[in-house]
Amino acid sequence: MFRRHGLSVFAVVIAAFILLPVIVIASYALQADGALWQHLLDTVLNEYLVNSLLLLLGVGMGVLLLGVPTAWLTSMCSFPGRRWLSWALLLPLAMPAYIIAYTYTGLLDFAGPVQTWIRDLTGLGYGDYWFFEIRSLGGAIVMMSLVLYPYVYLMARAAFLEQSVSSIEVGCSLGYSRWRAMWSLALPMARPAIITGLSLALMETLADYGTVQYFGVSTFTTGIFRTFYGYGDTAAAAQLAASLLAFVMLLVLLERYSRRRARYHSAAESRARADLIPLMGSKAFVAVVLCTAPLMFGFIIPVTQLLLWAVFEAESLGWDFVSLAWNSFSLAFLAAIIVVALAIILSYAKRTKPIKPVRTVIAMAGFGYALPGTIIAIGVLIPLAWADHSLIALFENFGWDNPGLILSGSLVALLFAYTVRFLAVALGSVQSGLEKIKPSLDHAGRSMGHSPLAILRKIHVPLMRTSILTAVLIVFVDVLKELPATLILRPFNFNTMAVRAYELASDERLVDAAPASIMIVLVGLIPVLMLHASISRRRPH
Amino acid sequence: MNLINKLILSAVTASLLSVTTAQAGDIVNVYSARKEALIKPLLDEFSATTGVKVNLITGKADALLKRLQVEGSATPADLFITSDVGRLHRAKEAGVLKPVALPLLEMAIPQALRDSENYWYGLTLRARPIIYAKDRVDVAQLSTYEALAEAQWQDRVCLRSSQNVYNQSLVAATMDAIGTEATQSWMEGMVNNLAKSPSGGDTDQLKAVAAGVCDVTIANTYYLARLINSSKPSDQAVASKLAVFWPNQQGPGAIGRGAHFNVSGAGFTKYGKNPEQAQALLEYLASVPAQAWYADINNEYPVVAGVEISQALKGFGDYKMDPIDLEILGQNNRQAVQLMDRAGWK
Repeated sequence: MFRRHGLSVFAVVIAAFILLPVIVIASYALQADGALWQHLLDTVLNEYLVNSLLLLLGVGMGVLLLGVPTAWLTSMCSFPGRRWLSWALLLPLAMPAYIIAYTYTGLLDFAGPVQTWIRDLTGLGYGDYWFFEIRSLGGAIVMMSLVLYPYVYLMARAAFLEQSVSSIEVGCSLGYSRWRAMWSLALPMARPAIITGLSLALMETLADYGTVQYFGVSTFTTGIFRTFYGYGDTAAAAQLAASLLAFVMLLVLLERYSRRRARYHSAAESRARADLIPLMGSKAFVAVVLCTAPLMFGFIIPVTQLLLWAVFEAESLGWDFVSLAWNSFSLAFLAAIIVVALAIILSYAKRTKPIKPVRTVIAMAGFGYALPGTIIAIGVLIPLAWADHSLIALFENFGWDNPGLILSGSLVALLFAYTVRFLAVALGSVQSGLEKIKPSLDHAGRSMGHSPLAILRKIHVPLMRTSILTAVLIVFVDVLKELPATLILRPFNFNTMAVRAYELASDERLVDAAPASIMIVLVGLIPVLMLHASISRRRPH
Repeated sequence: MNLINKLILSAVTASLLSVTTAQAGDIVNVYSARKEALIKPLLDEFSATTGVKVNLITGKADALLKRLQVEGSATPADLFITSDVGRLHRAKEAGVLKPVALPLLEMAIPQALRDSENYWYGLTLRARPIIYAKDRVDVAQLSTYEALAEAQWQDRVCLRSSQNVYNQSLVAATMDAIGTEATQSWMEGMVNNLAKSPSGGDTDQLKAVAAGVCDVTIANTYYLARLINSSKPSDQAVASKLAVFWPNQQGPGAIGRGAHFNVSGAGFTKYGKNPEQAQALLEYLASVPAQAWYADINNEYPVVAGVEISQALKGFGDYKMDPIDLEILGQNNRQAVQLMDRAGWK
C-alpha cells in the first residue's frame, strides 16, 4: 500500500502540516462571539467590502494591462531595446508595495516637492488647482499595479516562450494573421499561466495592509487589523480572516470550474522558436513606450527618489547594514529553497497520482497567500508553542534541562510561516511548468523502468528549469519584502532590512528609511539578474 | 552548484546559531513596542554600566502581547515595553504581567502615571495638544478639544486615522470627562469639519496644516519638536508655520481638565526568568540620565520630576495636564474604538 501510494501519502502529510496554521485560524474563528460582528456590520463592514472589491478589480485590470502586452511584445516581437527590457521589466518585483507608496507620497503629496513647486511657480494655494490625490483608493490601485504586474509578466512570458511554435504556425498557415493568432491561440493557451500570475497579484493585494493603511483606504484587511489591534479581539479577527479565505476559495473554484476540461500541454514535438515579428517605425516606438512605462514608474523613478534621500538626507545605516543584509539574504534564500522543494514534491505527487485527496490538499495548501502575514504568524505561533510546551514537559520528565522555545522562539517559526504564506507562489509556477510537459514523456520513462523520482530528476526538472527558477526568484523576493510575520516571529536581536525600513517609516522618518529600502531592492535584484542570465543562456534570443 | 551549497550551509548554520539565545544568566529579555532606535541606545548604556546583556525583540504591541500569551509559562521575555498605556492595560488584563512593588519608582513616578496595583510603570509622557497654523488661526478662537466640533472649523480640521492608538486614547479620556454621548457628538462634529479624509501619521497632519490643507490638528508634541530640530530646511519651514495650543486649560469641571497625555511604559512579565535584572533595567529607565535622554533625543516629557526638558519642549510653554488615572484609558479603549466607528472617524 505504502509502496504504491508512498508519494501521495507523503504529499498529503506535508500539505496537512502547511495547512495547520490555516486550520488553527479557522478554528479560532469559531470562538468569536457575535457582538463585534454586529457592530462592524452596523458601522464599517460595508465600506470595507466595497473598497476591497474595487481595489481587487482595479489592481486586476492594472496588472493585466501592464503585464500581458509587455510579455507578448518582449517574447514575440523585435524592437529596439527588447533584450534588456525583457529582464528590466522584472525589476519592480523587488520593490515592496509599502515602500513605493511611501516614496510616491513623498514626491506627490501636497507637501511634496512637485506640488510645492507648482504652488511656488503659480502662486496658487492648496485647493486652487487639481492634482492627483495619491492617498486614495486610486493611488493604492496604481501603486500596487506597478509592483505586482511582474507576477503576470513573468508567468505570461514564460508561457509564451514555452509555447510550441507549431501551434502558432498552424494557425498562420490556416490564414490567421500574427495578431489574430495571438488573440485566438497564444493568449488562450497562456491562460493558466496568466491566471496564475493574476491570482498571485490579487492574493497579495488582499493580504496587503501597509499600503492601504498608509493611504487611509479602509479595506477588509484593515478591518482584520482593527479588530486585532483596536479591539484586541483575536477570535473576531480570525473570523474575518476566515471569511477572506472563503472568498478566495470561491474564486479559485470558479476559475478551476471554468477550465475543467481544458488541457494545456502541446502535442507538438517542435520547441523551435518562431521568428520574432519585426516592428518598425511608429509601431516600434509604441512598443518601446509600452515597455518602458511600467519600468519607469515602477522602478526608476521611485529608486531614484530613494537614492536621493539615502545619499543626501538620511542618516546612514552604519555597519549594521552588513548583518541586516546577511540576515535578509540568508533567510530569503533558505526559505526559497525549502518552499520550492516542497512545491515540486507536491506538484509531482499530484501529477503521478491525481487522486482526489491529493488534489484537494494541494489546492488548499496555497491559500495562506491570501492571508495577511500577521494572521499567519498567529496561526504558526499557536501550534509551535504547543509543541514547545510538550517538548519542555517531556524534557522535565526525563530530568533534563529546559530546552526553551526551540521551535516557536527560533527561525523555525519564521521559515514555517514563509512556507505557509508563499507556497502558492511556488506551486503556481511549478505546476504550470509541469502541466506543459506531456504525460507521454512520463509513460515513456516508466516503461523504461525508471522510478518516479528518477523521472522527476532526469526529465521534468531539466524541462521546467525556467519554471523552477522563476519560483525560487519570486519566493526569494517575497520573503525579502515580507514584514508582518517577520516582525512578530523573529528571534531576539534578529533584524532584517524590511524590519529596519518599517521601524523608521512607522516612526514617520520616511527619509531615514530610504537606505534600508534601497538595500531591499538591491538584494532583490540579485536573483532577478541570475534568473535572466539562466534563461538567456538557454535561449540565445 | 558549489556556491549554492555553501550558501545553504552557511544560511543553515546562521539560523541554528540564532536559536541558542540563552534564557537565563546575566541577561534580561525585552519585548518592546517602542522602536529599536528609541530604546536601543539606552539598553546599550545599561549593558555597559551593569554588564547585563539585553536581548531585544521589537514589534507591534498587540502582536508581542499575543506572542507572550501563546508562549505562556515558557516565555523568555522579562519586560514588556509599550508606547501607550492602553496596551499596558490590555497586557495586565490578559494576565501576562505580574505586580512588582518598586519603592524607588513609586516615589519617583506620580500615582496617575503608574498602575495602582504595580502591574506597570509609566516611563515617558507624551502630550497630544492642538497644533495650529499661526498665520490662519487666531489663538482666541481656540479653547478646548470639544470646540473643534464647532461650525467655525468647517473644512479646517485634519485628523489622523482612528486606527491610531494615540487617538483612541484621546477618545477614551474624553469619554471619561464628558460622557459617551457627548463624546460621540463631538467626534461627529469633528469628522464633519475634516478638510480631508484621515491618512498618514502625525507628521503628515502637521505638514498638511503647514501646506494649507487645513488649519488645525491634534498631534503628539514630539513630532513637532522633531521638525523644529531637523537639519532639513523643508522641515524647519513646516515647523515655523505651526504653534502648539494647550486646550482645556481653564474653566469649570471637564472644560478645564487639562491637555491630554499618554505614557509609554513597561511591566514585568508573569513568567520572566530574570526578575532581578529586569528590575534593575526598569529602575535604570526611570533614572535621571535615562529620562534626560528621552527628553533630549525623542522630545518626550519625563515622568520624573527635576529632569531638564529639551529646548523645543520648553518653547511649547507651560501646560496643565488632565489628571485622569491612565488606567481608565485602557479600560475605555474598546468602547472608544466602537464610538469612533459609529461617528464615522475612519
